[in-house]
Amino acid sequence: MRVRFWGTRGSIPVALTAADIRDKLARALVAASGRRFDSYGEAYAFAEESLPFSVTHSFGGHTACVEFETGHEEYFVCDMGSGARAFGEHILARQGGRPATINVFMSHVHWDHIMGFPFFGPAYVRGTRIRIHGCHEILEHAFRLQQSPPCFPVSFDHLGATIEFIKLPAGRPYEVSGLRVTPQLQRHSGDSYGFRFEIGGRSIVYTTDSEHKLEDRAQTAGIVAFFRDADVVIFDAMYSLAEAISVKEDWGHSSNVVGVELCQMAGVKHLVLFHHEPANSDAAIEGALRDARRLEELTRGERPLRVSAAHDGMEIDL
Amino acid sequence: MPLSHRSYGTARVVSPRGRLDHDNCEGFQRDLAAQLDDCARESQALVLDMSGLEYVSSAGLRCLMIAAKQAQARSSRIVVSAAQPVVAEILQISRFNLVLPVFGTTREALASVSPQAVEAFDRG
Repeated sequence: MRVRFWGTRGSIPVALTAADIRDKLARALVAASGRRFDSYGEAYAFAEESLPFSVTHSFGGHTACVEFETGHEEYFVCDMGSGARAFGEHILARQGGRPATINVFMSHVHWDHIMGFPFFGPAYVRGTRIRIHGCHEILEHAFRLQQSPPCFPVSFDHLGATIEFIKLPAGRPYEVSGLRVTPQLQRHSGDSYGFRFEIGGRSIVYTTDSEHKLEDRAQTAGIVAFFRDADVVIFDAMYSLAEAISVKEDWGHSSNVVGVELCQMAGVKHLVLFHHEPANSDAAIEGALRDARRLEELTRGERPLRVSAAHDGMEIDL
Repeated sequence: MPLSHRSYGTARVVSPRGRLDHDNCEGFQRDLAAQLDDCARESQALVLDMSGLEYVSSAGLRCLMIAAKQAQARSSRIVVSAAQPVVAEILQISRFNLVLPVFGTTREALASVSPQAVEAFDRG
């Protein structure tokens, strides 16, 4: 089982600016001050081994799109944010002309989670099958609406693929091409749904655009049961805790602190911070990750919780 | 959770002890609101002395946020002091140090309230 992140940002896509790149270069040069590199290889190794992630990489700017490679010939993906464009290219290259079957699971239909679909190449290829699973009544309407005049030039009806919308009532498991999927209602404007995926003894929870309020003990118990013993939890950590319970309360998102607490309660193995705030720089996201790891260390129970921050292109093998 | 308090002129120092988490935050929030009512009646600021607090979870921090809003509604104020290293780090990680005034010692917190409060504290 492999998890591949095509888009990890929340709300709206962002890109590195010229100023961001200049800043990274300046930081690298300061870190390399006094050193001598006789080859590109030596410089590359220094960058790889000695510089922080926020200097050598970017967390990336595409909105939510996360693929699960299960070993089955069909594709599985959560959400169709702007990361879906690159995901579509990956499918087309890999299929080499053979039609693909793609299973999409939609957390909800806010724009940042559907905006990649009009640019999802396989949707234009005859013979492709796309099954869009979700819990919202308005799922199909939302996809059609964003491909209606005057928003987009290609009507949904003109897409080449065979596209089905499959309603999944929440709260019970389903079998989708060998993958067991359980949706659960979450607190978000217009509702969102988390998904627990299980296959071959491995489990992954995808829980984005969800405001977890720990003062509600019944809700917390439900979330902990949903996360219980998961190998990976992909978690909406858009804000700091102070923001999430003050100025941004009821905005429908969670924090790195609550992610650590819930995953510790549930005995999760690996927490992945996700749906990064678009206003946050790479250094700020790296700071949130550092804070989450330190909190985990301070509050560690019987077994450690691994904590990562998702970036576009990141892969996790289970 | 035991919530002892002591008055120093224009300030009341309230001292929680033990752990503050989702198991006991409801009772803590109720007790703290009662302390805030008393402070409003006495025109006192509330200093939350955290020296006896071993741990605070997000649910506990939410209690502090609610207390800060309640204090504002009562034209009062709440400040935090003397957190143990672990709690001080949790306040920083959660960015609560940007929301509530946090002081290293209770004396510093009282000094931020009024000269009268810190004089009363120094007199013991």
